[in-house]
Amino acid sequence: MSSKRPADGGVFALFGPQLRAVGLVLPLVAFIGLTFVAPLATMLSRSVYDPVVAAALPETLRLLQAWDGVHVPPEPVFETIARELRTARQERSLGRVATRINRVRGGLRSVLTRTARRVREAEGPAWRDTLVGIHAAWDDVQTWHAIRRAGERFTARHYLHALDLERRSDGHIAPRPDEYRVYVSLLWRTLVVSLSLTGLCLLLGYPVAYLIAHAPPQRANLLLLLVLVPFWTSLLVRTTAWIVLLQTQGVINSTLVALGLIADESRLAMIYNMTGTMVAMTHVLLPFMVLPLYAVMRTIPRLHMSAAASLGASTIQAFWRVYWPQTLPGVGAGSLLVFILAIGYYITPALVGGRSGQLISNMIAYHMQTSLNWGLAAAIGGLLLAFVLVLYLVYDRLVGIERMRLG
Amino acid sequence: MPPRGLWERAGRTAYLAFCTAVFVFLIAPIVVIVPLSFNAEPYFTFTEGMLRLEPAAYSLRWYQNVMGDPEWRHALLNSLFIGVAATVLATTLGTLAALGLTHPALPGRSAIMGLLISPMITPVIISAAGMFFFYSNLGLTQTHLGLVLAHATLGTPFVVITVTATLAGFDPNLYRAAASLGAGPLRTFRRVVLPLIAPGVISGALFAFATSFDEVVTVLFMGGLEQRTVPRQMWTGIREQISPAILAVATLLIAFSLLFMLSVEWLRRRAGTR
Amino acid sequence: MTSRPYRSRIRQVVHATAFVLLASLSWSRPAAGSESLTVVSWGGSYARACQKAILTPFTAQTGIETRLESYNGGLAQIRAQVETGKVYWDLVDLEMADAARGCDEGLLEPVIAADLPPAPDGSPAVDDFLPDMLTECGVGMLFYSTVYAYNPTHLAGPKPTTIQDFFDLEKFPGRRGMRRSPLVNLEFALMADGVPVEQVYATLGTPGGVNRAFRKLDTIKEHIVWWEAGAQPPQMLADGEVVMSTAYNGRIFNAQVLENQPFVIVWDGQVLDHGVLSIVAGTPKLEAARKFLAFATRTESLVAVGRYISYSPARRSGTALITTHLETGVEMQPHMPTSPQNTARALHNNWEWWSDHGDEMNERFSAWLAR
Repeated sequence: MSSKRPADGGVFALFGPQLRAVGLVLPLVAFIGLTFVAPLATMLSRSVYDPVVAAALPETLRLLQAWDGVHVPPEPVFETIARELRTARQERSLGRVATRINRVRGGLRSVLTRTARRVREAEGPAWRDTLVGIHAAWDDVQTWHAIRRAGERFTARHYLHALDLERRSDGHIAPRPDEYRVYVSLLWRTLVVSLSLTGLCLLLGYPVAYLIAHAPPQRANLLLLLVLVPFWTSLLVRTTAWIVLLQTQGVINSTLVALGLIADESRLAMIYNMTGTMVAMTHVLLPFMVLPLYAVMRTIPRLHMSAAASLGASTIQAFWRVYWPQTLPGVGAGSLLVFILAIGYYITPALVGGRSGQLISNMIAYHMQTSLNWGLAAAIGGLLLAFVLVLYLVYDRLVGIERMRLG
Repeated sequence: MPPRGLWERAGRTAYLAFCTAVFVFLIAPIVVIVPLSFNAEPYFTFTEGMLRLEPAAYSLRWYQNVMGDPEWRHALLNSLFIGVAATVLATTLGTLAALGLTHPALPGRSAIMGLLISPMITPVIISAAGMFFFYSNLGLTQTHLGLVLAHATLGTPFVVITVTATLAGFDPNLYRAAASLGAGPLRTFRRVVLPLIAPGVISGALFAFATSFDEVVTVLFMGGLEQRTVPRQMWTGIREQISPAILAVATLLIAFSLLFMLSVEWLRRRAGTR
Repeated sequence: MTSRPYRSRIRQVVHATAFVLLASLSWSRPAAGSESLTVVSWGGSYARACQKAILTPFTAQTGIETRLESYNGGLAQIRAQVETGKVYWDLVDLEMADAARGCDEGLLEPVIAADLPPAPDGSPAVDDFLPDMLTECGVGMLFYSTVYAYNPTHLAGPKPTTIQDFFDLEKFPGRRGMRRSPLVNLEFALMADGVPVEQVYATLGTPGGVNRAFRKLDTIKEHIVWWEAGAQPPQMLADGEVVMSTAYNGRIFNAQVLENQPFVIVWDGQVLDHGVLSIVAGTPKLEAARKFLAFATRTESLVAVGRYISYSPARRSGTALITTHLETGVEMQPHMPTSPQNTARALHNNWEWWSDHGDEMNERFSAWLAR
């Protein structure tokens, strides 16, 4: 390859050929590929691919391919599904199958599990009557539509669901019933909260970064510590601290009561709501704004502003025309970091957000851990990931990702 | 000094007051927790005795509680084990990659850099969900190895960034000099490169360790009973029965992070990368 | 050059790292007691009662180590374990609706009724258990009740006495604690809205009934603090975080007798349910788990739990043996959820309804909550 080229760069003067550089990077690239990229790919495939029903009810689904979709299917379909449900129960996959069909059409879980349980004793040949006898839902074409739909290996269902949409049995896409609609408004809320947090952090962080960047070195170091201490302190510790401060019987309320500023029975509700989420998250994210701003500001000589001032510009003009533009890379880096951290935040809203302070990431966790609707969790994750990727690319075009610094 | 107008002075006072308020906002919550962890009563607020500085109002009972609890001890061991293993992995891979990344002729450097630091930029809820799906296919959920891999992944960007930054400030002539004096590549690396980048490597390692030590989302998704870490224990504690014992743990963790922060700052000064 | 001191420092760091790594490796081994039986229950004072009444004596008698873990209900973790093929829970204390559903889904091992121990008087287990307590995949343990309670020190003026009062913000302003689940809350809402006890599930069976329940919950939605673990309500009441809260009756009882909390239980509109002990399908320790199930459902075990925390045994032979609290000597009878004076308006949880509709209600509830 390039062995004839003179070794020209830094450390690699001693490693020789460029191949070595690739060799050095390769282990980590492979590692990240395996432990990070592959998981994300798995998640994305989960959001569109689900073979569970297709694997458990292969014959039924094959027969349903030929079904007219208007009348209740013929006797052989009943016989087949009775057999396949029984097998699924023996193989302990019935729960997974029923859950998935139930997500397409609510109420079918119990129809399927009950049928699988009772059909053991049942005998042919009147399978249709037997099944309808177990549950009247077997006489409803919608049940069969749902089974056929759940049997699709590839599906856009989860993405539709994540956008509060669904595909009706006639094939067209429509909004879900009002009482189940939640994701779009939650995505919107997350976006608004993240933008507000970014704005708030910039508002609080910019003056502070300026103060630190242009203070005499001794004092600057001390002030910087005040930002670094929260930055390094465990997230859970800081969240605990806010609970201690903000709760009804907490430090702030008790102080206000002791000072006679509020009555004992009208203590303020500052936590387990959106206020709690906003306050605690601002605290968590502020250092991520201050540090990049500081890193940029300390390279800007104050001379520039004094020069502008001596040329007759007012302080505000001098700041706006001369100083602010030079800090834009820091503003960009800090805002990107804060925004991206904010839209994916889970721990703090979960602990101090109560009901109204929940964000979209809490829904991902809910579907990962409680409802076990992993396809939906993956789809919401996929939407969020796409959004972050776009931001990331925009940032790379505007500022350059290599300039990402840790303050 | 130019004469200052009244407005300007008022503006400056307001500015300083604003900054002070922000600093108080940043520090106060952390400071408040410490004395409360010595509360003799099971409350989360200062008792009158505490305000009067009566010795009887303070006690070490919550610390004894935590130390005597096998669950917390187990959690601490888990955190240390996972943290150290993840750090070793992340630091080794990250340092090598940083050395490669500083080679000027490395093809597609910007793309590679983007890939390598992507775990830092991706919301951790997404990474954790993906890891859960992928690792459970491999049977790695509810194992220490799975969490070590996950935490190492989240820690590598920090190592890559700090070591790259350290390397950027170096004079290539040093290496040429070493080579011209007859030192072989490995020897030069050990004798010249490693000592010089050591501060960057160590502070990257500290970042990686702190990342693992504070991480809870992947532990929530992938960890089982045997993989409870300190943050995981705190998570349950905060959600279910917030007792002052949590504050004792929190205080210990604050001391811990102060130690970390000061080491990193010291190393950074040393390396003169700022 | 400074290379020598640096090198020695690096070596020190490497050595220290290796030491910590090895040390934590060797330390974390013995702590990972994979041989022991993992029993999962509801945490807090109930778990302490089970530990003292069942787990400790079980280990003493059989030599099988046990480990008590806590969870907050639901099948999610069991489903996840069975789906990913890594079962690390051996036995779980379930709500009846979940036990029925888990059985249908094949998540739970079938119970061998013949293995269960007879009553002290020798009558066989199948006759001794109250009706419905022996199911295909689980054995009924104890009756418990979801009630609401208040802390008189934080509630000035008149005191609430009915389930309507819980929803009455005008008479009783302040925040309320409720379990973060549709279960029981929908029933409370309908009873408070005037639906007679015997018609609650018939009403919920209609779409209009579910809407009605959610509309009733809407009226206090902004004033609810949601809890998940049974240990939270007594704490929230003690802290004054809420003025009243729904809770499991035993948790309130324990706070009353063990921590001298002045809490008062409002029994009106209580929802009675029973807990079921089941073995998780696919556990590698099936033999030991069966032994534990038999031991835990002995009359003596159930009575011992009931004398630590006010839950009522699921065996006929147990009821009369619940006399006084084992730690304080308090007479238990007035505190039992099944005592006649507490059941003037009591609803029996219809687990069949919940095992059929739980998923839809959960989805709807989580959407409702997030709005």
